[in-house]
Amino acid sequence: MDREIFVKLWLATAAISLFPLCSIASSNSQELLQSNIDIHNKASLRRGARLYMNHCAACHSAKFMRYERLSKDLEIPPEIVMSDLVRFGATRLSDAIPAAIDPKVGEKAFGIAPPDLTLEAKYRGTDWVYSYLLGFYKDSNAPTGYNNHLMANVAMPWVLASLQEATSEAEFKDQMRDLTNFMAYMSEPIRPFRENFGKYVLGFLMVLLVSVRLLKNEYWRSLNE
Amino acid sequence: MSLREAASNLVGWVDYRLPIVKTWKTHMSEYYAPKNFNFWYFFGVLALVVFANQVLSGIWLTMFYVPTAEEAFKSIEYIMRDVSSGWAIRYMHEVGASFFFIVIYLHIFRGLLYGSYQRPRELIWIFGMFIYCLMMVEGFLGYVLPYGNMSYWGAKVILNLVGAIPIIGEGLQIWVQGDFVVGSATLGRFFALHVALVPLILIVGIFLHIVALHQVGSNNPEGIDIKAHVDADGNPLDGIPFHPYYTISDLTPVVIFLILFFACVFYFPGGGGYFIEPPNYLPADKLSTPEHIAPVWYFTPFYAMLRSVTIDSFGLDAKVWGLIIVSGAMLVLFFLPWLDRSAVLSMRYKGWPSKIMLMLFAVSFVFLGVLGAKPADWAPAWVAPALTTIYFAYFLAMPVYTKLEKTKPVPGRIGAKSG
Repeated sequence: MDREIFVKLWLATAAISLFPLCSIASSNSQELLQSNIDIHNKASLRRGARLYMNHCAACHSAKFMRYERLSKDLEIPPEIVMSDLVRFGATRLSDAIPAAIDPKVGEKAFGIAPPDLTLEAKYRGTDWVYSYLLGFYKDSNAPTGYNNHLMANVAMPWVLASLQEATSEAEFKDQMRDLTNFMAYMSEPIRPFRENFGKYVLGFLMVLLVSVRLLKNEYWRSLNE
Repeated sequence: MSLREAASNLVGWVDYRLPIVKTWKTHMSEYYAPKNFNFWYFFGVLALVVFANQVLSGIWLTMFYVPTAEEAFKSIEYIMRDVSSGWAIRYMHEVGASFFFIVIYLHIFRGLLYGSYQRPRELIWIFGMFIYCLMMVEGFLGYVLPYGNMSYWGAKVILNLVGAIPIIGEGLQIWVQGDFVVGSATLGRFFALHVALVPLILIVGIFLHIVALHQVGSNNPEGIDIKAHVDADGNPLDGIPFHPYYTISDLTPVVIFLILFFACVFYFPGGGGYFIEPPNYLPADKLSTPEHIAPVWYFTPFYAMLRSVTIDSFGLDAKVWGLIIVSGAMLVLFFLPWLDRSAVLSMRYKGWPSKIMLMLFAVSFVFLGVLGAKPADWAPAWVAPALTTIYFAYFLAMPVYTKLEKTKPVPGRIGAKSG
């Protein structure tokens, strides 16, 4: 009886302790759109890469992302990467993605140097990136004519405005999802492999678990008799 | 000569010169452990597993990491992208650090629950607390090394704390960080301490922790002294040889632990922003302070205590008072064996006051951890001081409530009916 009370007491302790931990987990205050990216979708990543290279790479560098890795992971033939994507001063497949403009020039033009985007999706989270990309709206008071719901008085000009106007809303959302997906990939190129490989490691450990448990039963049998 | 004979001869040759057989018997095959170990007794061996993981993955990381302000952040991305399996090694080390503290906190809680710190295990507890403090130092040093923005600002906050110590503080801070600012000199010495000095002392600490444990024998959930009832050979009736019984049965929790560990390594390596805080994906930038500087989760209870003092008093800065309180919170742990005046060890036989105090203590520690992870204005200002008071009350009132409370009679043998 007393043992029972004791068990209940520490279960209660655990429950009370878990309560504030839950509040940590759900503490995201900003209302963000769900990006729902699929990092394993290579077609989406390729489309995202194209959007990135055409619209972002002029001002933003990705100094930890090499073209070679991109070519291998996204299955884009090296010749095509060399002819279509390697530019802005990069000359070799093993180079990282540079920005077309000098950061100092960028700082003069926009008041702030365009940040390197390699790890942006990790820093902000993919939902943030997706919401930011869909958060631009026309604002006649803003110096660039556009403002952003997520980042008030954003310095970045809305470089995708013409694309947004030329496509339907649903189509544009899909494109921004591809772009977000690519940025998530770029922030951690190993992630698709990591998530696939993890299944085998965990699978092996499950099998190991059964065997060590059976081994224990075998050894302890004599004790329990 | 058969292979078996050859092996036996070799063992004999070595054993004549080095007591390997005796050591094996003392610590493994003839070390009698209580037969009633439960869930809470897994965390000692798990701590060893994580320690081995940290040492091995750490050695590989040192092969590629560059401890300078210019190169540190880049070298981490190099490990993540260009070093073969570098990402796995780095994630194992980083997730391992957090798992180390999860395991250690549960291991310490077990000690509190079953009175494992009480006579005759005072030294085991003291070595354990020594290991815990060193681990916090090791964790802090390691957190600075990737030189992300949170590494940098975290280091600044802690080093400024050193600077807040009256009279000697300023000089001490510069001496510790090796420069007037946090930079390459700081990284160089933090690296040396993190990979060489602190781990060496940790190994000695762990060795002493285990030798002291095997000298007096393991406690158990009943808090019964198994050496009080022995068979004709002098072996405890309620004990079983550690090897093979516990070495084999511990494999199960080890594998379950590895499943949880690798689930994190492969699917939640950032720990939802708690193992790697998002600002650490930006390189250290002395011009851009993170919106909200919080230490990594295993320090947050102490960080909340540090911040709990907001008023300067008795001629001392609030910061200094915070420092005094945190030092006190660490120091009081070492005196625990002498604060508990109970005649019984296990919470199963201690009285209601002990049970309630332990529960309050555990809850307050977790709540302090939550507060420390949140901005200072997240909760009303009285909450952190109140929780800090509960933390200290658990220890400081212990001589009173453990002495006065009514305990239950402890059975002589494990498995016997109580009372």
